Amino acid sequence: MKTILGREIPDYIEGYGHVRPFQGAFSDVGVKTRTAVKLTSVIPNDQKVLSSLEDALDKLNITDGMTISFHHHLRNGDYVLNKVMERLAARGVKDLTVAASSIFPIHAPLVEHIESGVVTGLVANYISGPVAEAVSRGKLKKPAIMQTHGGRARAIESGELHIDVAFLAAPTADNYGNINGVYGDAACGSLGYAVADAEYADKTIAITDHLVPYPAYPIEISQVFIDYIVQIDSIGDPKGIVSGTTRITKDPVALIIAKRATEVIKASGLVREGMSFQTGAGGTSLAVAAELKKIMQHEGVAGSFASGGITGYLVEMLEEGLFRSLFDVQCFDLKAIESYRDNPAHQFMSASMYGNPHTKGAVVNNLDIMILGATEIDTDFNVNVTTGSNGVIMGGSGGHSDTAAGSKLAIVVTNLMKARLPIIKDKVITVTTPGDSIDVVVTERGIAVNPQRGDLLEKLKMTNLPLMTIGELKLLAEKITGVPKGVETSEKIVAVVEYRDGSVIDVVRKVSSVS
Amino acid sequence: MSNVKITKVAKAGTLESNDILIMVKPNEFGKTELELESIVMQQFGEVIEQVILHKVQEMGIEGISIKAQDKGALDYTIAARVETAISRAI
Repeated sequence: MKTILGREIPDYIEGYGHVRPFQGAFSDVGVKTRTAVKLTSVIPNDQKVLSSLEDALDKLNITDGMTISFHHHLRNGDYVLNKVMERLAARGVKDLTVAASSIFPIHAPLVEHIESGVVTGLVANYISGPVAEAVSRGKLKKPAIMQTHGGRARAIESGELHIDVAFLAAPTADNYGNINGVYGDAACGSLGYAVADAEYADKTIAITDHLVPYPAYPIEISQVFIDYIVQIDSIGDPKGIVSGTTRITKDPVALIIAKRATEVIKASGLVREGMSFQTGAGGTSLAVAAELKKIMQHEGVAGSFASGGITGYLVEMLEEGLFRSLFDVQCFDLKAIESYRDNPAHQFMSASMYGNPHTKGAVVNNLDIMILGATEIDTDFNVNVTTGSNGVIMGGSGGHSDTAAGSKLAIVVTNLMKARLPIIKDKVITVTTPGDSIDVVVTERGIAVNPQRGDLLEKLKMTNLPLMTIGELKLLAEKITGVPKGVETSEKIVAVVEYRDGSVIDVVRKVSSVS
Repeated sequence: MSNVKITKVAKAGTLESNDILIMVKPNEFGKTELELESIVMQQFGEVIEQVILHKVQEMGIEGISIKAQDKGALDYTIAARVETAISRAI
């Protein structure tokens, strides 16, 4: 069976089930249904606060084969997933599926639980570090399911991803389960990725290290979704949660890419009153924001919104009047948290509102300009951000596919080569985002426009920008680096890459050289 | 140039990205021995090996042990680092 991109995928994957192959970004739309939720009603005088995590696990009655979920707002400072898994392993529970919106290096202890059979399934939008390596080595019993941020919300809301118990790390909670992320030692700001878990899990427990008198304020996730609350010493290490400040890169290659990308934006005609914009927190991405800011100031243009994971840099643009509002699904630094807490124009956005394709309109649909990264791009403009050039998992879509599909102008900014590896390939090892969603690739040595965007190409021809075909760009890099030898993979599927609509866009196979 | 002897330990290069650190020393059995580590081993390991050994041959060196730690250097960088390390060692 083939996807519309020509990727060969089995009809049935052991441990995953029947495969619906990817048939195009908007092939699966129309009337959709959200699943009904099972809940236990709470009456006056019921107590939701439990004395300990052990007490909570007794009450939650987690049994073999269940799916438990976590959110990733505490990023690489998260203690909650590891603490919960340690206790569950000690209780002898087996065959769990961990649905964590993202998994980071701090979650290394999960590898032991995978090896011992406590965890046999993983569902995540992004996996990096030791867990990613373990999955690539084929240690997980079932293939990991890699989703997008919007796709995860869709899967939970539709009932496709059923969560038995959601563990919500809560920087602040009251004794009735109202939660926010803006106060407490582990403050992380927006809790956008935790919303679907809270709303749709059979049982939901808030784990906090900052229990406040009722009611907590502001309320990001409401008491009506929370069964229990447990207080522990610490839910996370602030150093791993947010960075103190976000700095613009000084790397001259990144700066030239950013400058060119901004010239592309300008030439596209999208720098206009009410424009909207999203970019990541990476060096080159932020540098684009810095360049765009100059152009917006120069032209006296005020945008409508910037969205996504929010950095202090976007906060500055908001405060300077360059955007009317921010849509924030997660805060990357302290400045973003403060702004999100104090400025009503800096608004909350759930993962579903952000990118779920099966809603009455996600924020990504209103995006004009999206700046994206890439590990690899192929000559059909398909992008890989899931595996490294060696075929080993090192990330995942996150919001990549969601924003690329929604935005009017999706720009991939990347070095043409990274440590001798040319970024443009005939075929990417893993397709994360389909080429149809990508409009232009900007590198330090040349710019390639997707041939489907003839209108954009015409506009860019009026500039002095170094335009090439994607094939020419590929040859240019290979002339310098040489042609890399392909990576050999085995037949064993270690991960299934789902597009935002839940169809399978690709699979990750075990790399032969990784034993 | 032929039969040039390596007389001491020498190195050239760095462990910065896109560079390679080459360490050379005499090989007591008169052989050419290469120990290569590279972050792009899978994709370019054979090419890097060829570039290093070709440079050794071109300089007429016999009896050399080379330790190369590659961080994604391009071929001309590799050749230059090998040449410098060897000229420091003879």
